[in-house]
Amino acid sequence: MTLQITTQVDARGLSCPMPIVKTAQAIKTIASGDLIEVLATDAGSVKDFAAWSRTTGNDLVEQSVDGSVYRFVLRRK
Amino acid sequence: MEEPLNLVLFSGTDDKLQAAAILTAGAAALGKPVNVFLQYWALDAFRADRIDTDHGLVAEAGEVGRQAVHALRAAGQASWAETLRQAKELGGIDIQACSLSMDLLQIEQTDLDPLVDGVEGVTAFYLNAGAGQVVFI
Repeated sequence: MTLQITTQVDARGLSCPMPIVKTAQAIKTIASGDLIEVLATDAGSVKDFAAWSRTTGNDLVEQSVDGSVYRFVLRRK
Repeated sequence: MEEPLNLVLFSGTDDKLQAAAILTAGAAALGKPVNVFLQYWALDAFRADRIDTDHGLVAEAGEVGRQAVHALRAAGQASWAETLRQAKELGGIDIQACSLSMDLLQIEQTDLDPLVDGVEGVTAFYLNAGAGQVVFI
């Protein structure tokens, strides 16, 4: 099954903490249960998104890495 | 309600303000309230006509540090002022100028960037800080 992404955040090239800040802004624009996809190149984002997900309750449903690009899919709480 | 993070900003160099902006933005993204209290040279850096200018670095940065900071900026890192503007959109951030520092620098609130929400004394700062941590930068 392919996940239905509602909105995307392209945080490639942004340094910490802007990928998280942009995601926190964008997730407010989608409904509870909808999915947001984030692309980032900040190496710290792997631990940051895990921590952000745990703290805010927005589930990290998918993550992968392609070269230097990290991809995260989160479901709004 | 969650206890806030309370940052007292004293230094007005770009590196320390950048570090403070990162701590502020990270906390805001986690939904943690942040109170920022601007004193002395940090307050001076928030003047509307100077906020986006070069405020230099602390002495320990040296030439190598200066080049590293400029390289990161050239690669597109958001300035501390821009980081704070983005973070404020998330809500929960209150930036107050220290009234004594306003007198010291002989400035009015109208001289300050709109990032600054108001002017208060140290007693109001501690009241709002509650039992939250106070960090001095």
